[in-house]
Amino acid sequence: MTPTRKKRLTVVLLILMGVGIAAAIAMTALQENLLYFVSPSDVAANKMPAGRQFRLGGLVKDGSVVRSSDSLEIHFEVTDGPKDVAVVFNDILPDLFREGQGIIAIGALDDAGVFQADEVLAKHDEKYMPPEVADALEKTGHSVAEESKP
Amino acid sequence: MNPELGQLALIIGALLALAQFVFPIVGAWRGNSTFMAMGRSAAYGQFVFISFAFVMLTYAFITHDFSVAYVAYNSNSQLPMLYRFSAVWGGHEGSLLLWVFILNIWTILVTSISSRKKSVLPAEFSARVTGILGLISFGFMLFVIFTSNPFNRLLPVPLEGSDLNPLLQDVGLIIHPPMLYMGYVGFAVAFAFAIAALMGGRIDREWVRWTRPWTLLAWAFLTFGIALGSWWAYYELGWGGWWFWDPVENASFMPWLAGTALLHAQVVTEKRGAFIGWTLLLSISAFSLSLLGTFLVRSGVITSVHAFASDPTRGVFILTYLGVVIGGSLALYSFRAPKMITGGGFAWFSRESLILINNLLLTVAVGMVLLGTLYPIIADAFGMGKISVGPPYFGSLFIVLMAPLLMIVPLGAYSRWKQDQAGRVFKQLIIPLAFSAAIAALATWLISEGNMRTIAGVFVGSWLITGSLSYGIQLISRSKSKWLPASQLAMILAHMGVGVFVIGVSMVETISVEKHIPMGPGDTFQVSDYQFQFQGTEEIEGPNFSADRGTFIVTKDGQHVTTMYPEKRRYLQGQTMTEAALDPGFTRDLYVSMGDALDDNKENWAIRIYEKPYIRWIWLGTLMMTFGALIAMTDRRFRSPSKATAKADAPLAEQISPSEAPA
Repeated sequence: MTPTRKKRLTVVLLILMGVGIAAAIAMTALQENLLYFVSPSDVAANKMPAGRQFRLGGLVKDGSVVRSSDSLEIHFEVTDGPKDVAVVFNDILPDLFREGQGIIAIGALDDAGVFQADEVLAKHDEKYMPPEVADALEKTGHSVAEESKP
Repeated sequence: MNPELGQLALIIGALLALAQFVFPIVGAWRGNSTFMAMGRSAAYGQFVFISFAFVMLTYAFITHDFSVAYVAYNSNSQLPMLYRFSAVWGGHEGSLLLWVFILNIWTILVTSISSRKKSVLPAEFSARVTGILGLISFGFMLFVIFTSNPFNRLLPVPLEGSDLNPLLQDVGLIIHPPMLYMGYVGFAVAFAFAIAALMGGRIDREWVRWTRPWTLLAWAFLTFGIALGSWWAYYELGWGGWWFWDPVENASFMPWLAGTALLHAQVVTEKRGAFIGWTLLLSISAFSLSLLGTFLVRSGVITSVHAFASDPTRGVFILTYLGVVIGGSLALYSFRAPKMITGGGFAWFSRESLILINNLLLTVAVGMVLLGTLYPIIADAFGMGKISVGPPYFGSLFIVLMAPLLMIVPLGAYSRWKQDQAGRVFKQLIIPLAFSAAIAALATWLISEGNMRTIAGVFVGSWLITGSLSYGIQLISRSKSKWLPASQLAMILAHMGVGVFVIGVSMVETISVEKHIPMGPGDTFQVSDYQFQFQGTEEIEGPNFSADRGTFIVTKDGQHVTTMYPEKRRYLQGQTMTEAALDPGFTRDLYVSMGDALDDNKENWAIRIYEKPYIRWIWLGTLMMTFGALIAMTDRRFRSPSKATAKADAPLAEQISPSEAPA
């Protein structure tokens, strides 16, 4: 092997190694940051251990929203028809949050089985239903069209 | 009748695009100069008809022609005039028409400039470029006509439109999409040049000089467009972030990363004849990622794979089109490129090796963003469950990849081509390094709330700024002329812009103060040095909305600073919007927005109060990068035919003077 070739080979090997390491790091980071979408029925079936972050999706149950007068703390329930999950959130809600609206909450269950939300998302559009929520509702035989009306 | 005229113009435009593809390509193949010239005429004709279609759609918006479905869905009789113009590209169909229209503008510019008498572009080459741009345009227009026609009628005709999404009713959003598209579509020119070079089987230094100004212009538009989007998100979305790693943002960021790598690879190809493979491949990637970005955002795939299922023709068309463009160009590349790659070797430490690191890191960053953006879509399509990738994935990986890149930027400017000693370069950079360390130390002392990341960011930013500045000073002191060549000035300005950006980002991300609190009339709240007093809200009426407007009096040490009026708007169609109040400043922004009312008589409100230090630096930095690219375009070597022109037909390696030639 000529010196030039040897050098080229080293360069190629170094690049491959670098890319390999980068790919490994990326995959690990990806695994760590993956959030699964979970419906209230899945939660009721104990699919999610307490403390594990996930995205809870469903409709805000009618009549379930309870505000406190002197803090931002808000309690509500997310439902997919058959099952409900109690949610606590201590921050500012998005503009489109209201009872009957499809939402996604990001957070984890505490030991009492209450979902502690860090973030609540309701998308830009009034008619918009997060696709995951629409899917999950369809599975439980819930009529999406009726529920999504404000 | 008018919409039908627009429709007809669109169809004629598509046929002309087909002509613009077929004739010049056949002409260049057969050596038929009449055929080659026909491409240009077809391009001009296409421009006329597409402009007409665009005007017709705009006219439908201005006159509230709700019989046109697209107008009915994206407009309303109460919509202010200004927004009726921007509503033209407020939805899927219209934005695709805008895409085609902008592609036409680029094509006209390229063909008219390359057909000027003093142009040095060979006729065959110019014809191929025109032809490829025609093919891109043809594919897009088929997509518009068959799957996303903006002129479709609606029966029965509604009396009122459903209004433009209120989020889009904003000045920032009038110019954001056209700027972004100028960038996206601009990469089509670099792409067409790359494909034409592959078809011709030859690449030379002059080729880079033809393609580089176009790449710079596209990159400048894209940079500016992304910055506008970030600025808009900051003040309009009502929660004060400037970047969310949202798939829509990622879609525009990937072509930017590839384009940035391309700009650097081009320099090596021009000066040293090396990196030809990189330059060609990155030209192809930048445009492919632009296409992917356009489709990802506009097809709705990003929110759900089911967007495809609801309209399978769109999905099939998009995948076919992407397949043809990306697959075809990569196949051409693999056939032709191996024979074209020439160029000199270089030592471990040289400007080439540093730019190679730049290219590798940027490419890996593209791959990483692509993985994170597409992974949920792929997982969903394969039934692996519904997954989303959290922003920390992007944030942490990006820091790991970009930190080394930022550190080597000043080294790149100082180091010599082909071979250099690291020691020599470092010796020249001692002063900037000392300066940056001093600034970082000062920051540690001044910014008591800062942490390691703040200090590291200030250090890296200062290193970029001072390293670039000292390079400029050295250049001026060594040269006879008083001023720098445009390309050097451009590089210095853009790299300083990166430094300013880095400082802004690290400040905002580490020492922002963000408070979410309930407030009633008369309540005051302290955020760092500022007292915010809430005066309560009042009802106000806008043109197509009504709002609760809050009043906040801001004082610092008892002195009045400003009065801020955030709004909670309810639009006629029923949507609620948060309109934040801002007090911008060079070293800090104050930001107040209203959440929802906590009681039924709307006295107590959930309030956001932020202090965002140095956030303006983020956009100031991107503006400096944008101007850098624009200045680089004015460099003399892109205008006056150079000495090498006479030998333009010779392969690049032969053009390099013996002193530069590889050992």
